[in-house]
Amino acid sequence: MRENIHRFFRAARGAGVHVSPAESIDAMRAVAQVGFSDRTILRDTLLLTLAKSQDEKLALGDCFDLFFSQPEPRQEQPEGADEDPSQDTDQAPSSAAAGDAGGGSPQEELGPLAQMLLSQDRNATAAAIASAAGAASLSDIRYSTQRGIFSSRILDAMGLQRLRDDLDQLTATNPALAERLRAALDALREAVRDTVSQGLALYAREEAENLRNDILRNAPLARIERRQVAEMRALIRQIARRLRERYSKPRKRQRRGHLDVRRTLRRNAAWGGVPFLTAWKRKHRDRPKIVALCDVSGSVAQVSDFFLLLIHSLHEVVDDVRSFAFSSHLIEVSDILEAKSPEEAMAEIMSKVGFGSSDYGSSLVDFEKDFMSALTPQTTVIVLGDARSNNLDPRADILRRISERSKRLVWLNPEGRLAWGFGDSEMPRYATFCSVVRQCATAQQLERAVSDIVATYQ
Amino acid sequence: MAEQKPSTAIEAVESGLAAQGYIASRQIATAVYLSQQIEKPILVEGPAGVGKTELAKAIAAWRGMKMIRLQCYEGLDEAKALYEWKYAKQLLYTQILKDKLGEVLGGAQTLHAALDQLHDFGDVFFSKEFVEPRPLLQALEQPGGCVLLIDEIDKSDAEFESLLLEILSDFQVTIPELGTVSAITPPTVILTSNSERDLGDALKRRCLHLHIGFPEQRLEERIVESRVPGISQTLRRQMVGFIHEIRSLDLKKLPSVSETIDWARVLVLLQASELDTEIVKDTLNVLLKYEADIEAAQPQITTFIAKAARSNVFG
Repeated sequence: MRENIHRFFRAARGAGVHVSPAESIDAMRAVAQVGFSDRTILRDTLLLTLAKSQDEKLALGDCFDLFFSQPEPRQEQPEGADEDPSQDTDQAPSSAAAGDAGGGSPQEELGPLAQMLLSQDRNATAAAIASAAGAASLSDIRYSTQRGIFSSRILDAMGLQRLRDDLDQLTATNPALAERLRAALDALREAVRDTVSQGLALYAREEAENLRNDILRNAPLARIERRQVAEMRALIRQIARRLRERYSKPRKRQRRGHLDVRRTLRRNAAWGGVPFLTAWKRKHRDRPKIVALCDVSGSVAQVSDFFLLLIHSLHEVVDDVRSFAFSSHLIEVSDILEAKSPEEAMAEIMSKVGFGSSDYGSSLVDFEKDFMSALTPQTTVIVLGDARSNNLDPRADILRRISERSKRLVWLNPEGRLAWGFGDSEMPRYATFCSVVRQCATAQQLERAVSDIVATYQ
Repeated sequence: MAEQKPSTAIEAVESGLAAQGYIASRQIATAVYLSQQIEKPILVEGPAGVGKTELAKAIAAWRGMKMIRLQCYEGLDEAKALYEWKYAKQLLYTQILKDKLGEVLGGAQTLHAALDQLHDFGDVFFSKEFVEPRPLLQALEQPGGCVLLIDEIDKSDAEFESLLLEILSDFQVTIPELGTVSAITPPTVILTSNSERDLGDALKRRCLHLHIGFPEQRLEERIVESRVPGISQTLRRQMVGFIHEIRSLDLKKLPSVSETIDWARVLVLLQASELDTEIVKDTLNVLLKYEADIEAAQPQITTFIAKAARSNVFG
């Protein structure tokens, strides 16, 4: 059973619950206290010791049910399979009886697996599959493509070779028994396949998820498929959480500046000016103020969507965010994003300004006219767009004024560097006024870009 | 350790808590049992008013132990949570002992010799007598053990969490001048959190994590029964059913168990025999604490009462 608990820890890790060695020791201690007799108590115990949030509890509860329900389908499977042969026996009881009676001695010559299958001992079969699965180290399964190899490994470990020989022999000597054995073998194959599928569901989830996230992180945001949008949102939220954790905690020591002579003297007046207690100046650190201008015309809309989602989930890190969306003209969208769910907000923004052909010049005019006062010397301005202005006047002079009023001006361009400046791209002209211009096409690049922006304030 | 089957021991915890008027679900009882067996603190999370603090009180009353409570807030530091030096007393004693000190040091010829003599006396003024124990240290010093309730840990700063780590894992604190103080009897530690901020993994790792949500209907009825004995069975069923309906709404603050109990008391006071629209409308402010929530619930009252009554027939 101890072995089983260890395998459960691995399955739990697969389900996304972090189980450290120390936690597994604690859990083992707790389990040793409550024992294995009562499954609900065991479940509660593992949930209490391993899970650290409500989400993890749910995930772990499901994992527990899947893990410990394992013996049952396995028992049912041979049972369902057993029914066929038993129906056979019903149909031809005489033949089976004859086979049993007459073949009492030949059966003893059969291999252990064949005997077990013929004796229809469900528990023994289940136990044999479990131990063979252990021998084939089923818990190492990672990808669904490995299903076949693990199935055959388990069957080999159970002695399939011997069974085949027996089968060949029986076909010649006792066809009826051979028929029964063949049916039982089919049932066994099915049971093993189920066991492997279960193992895949339990142990391979972590790896598969990592792989998928890795692919997702490096997929171009603009060309993401519809079904992946939800996964991408989850990924962006994860990125936001990571950035929050990294940047939200104030680091006190870093902030200590020079000795504050005046305050030190005042504080130590009681000791005649002998500086027992020192007072230090603190380096003033601003929290990021961000003004984001996002192009939501066709080609860039999807990237803007994810970018806005990321920026607006950084409340703890970023003091103040004002977001603006534009294609042919520009509006402020901060309130929409704050008030609504990401999906609704984006739909509303798109209905207001989206789907136009982009006109950077007039959008910048809109911004200068109404919102120039939003810029302070602490503000980082982020422009997200491909700078393709359909050959209209780019009004780079406004961008220059924006750059002069703000701390930094960062341009994130979803297009690759090679495309900048070709066709109607105004990127080179805008780039002269930007502190940084970087490509931002994938989730990973998005994370780096935002991380760098926030880091400049630390 | 009594050789008892865990399931019976857990039931004993349940009935013990029930005797103190705390109706615990099996999960809660398991957590309490385990925390006693493997000496780990329990971190209780859940919405406000589901009886997180009450659990600690019930455990203390059940085991007949003292409860020491540390209420967390922003800016709580070790001087308020752990220990403090009694500065005033130290100063006073140096003044009083001035003569004595002069006497002791009288024989010394040089400053150096005086210093050596002083060293021989050890740290007189930094000894146990001058330590003012705060809740955490008090809890360690209880000879018979105690229940230490660290309430609303999520309100404190992240630094304070780190301070707790030593106490939670080893039941000891280190005072630089005195050395390490270990618990005489390890206290039962209960931490509560409203999930206002995420707690650190280091803290969570050291605790059993217990989430108390809103109770099931049956359980809540039993809670009301134990807390408000005067209420009739029909009314109890109806009102609990009604509250469960209310919780399905999208409200700013859902009514929790404490509100249920308050409402039951109010209904008993008003001598209501069963729920009707009038009385619910009049007393809805006991359940819901925001004007917007009350407005949202108003139009649904009649339907909810009907639903609660119907489930009553079948339940």
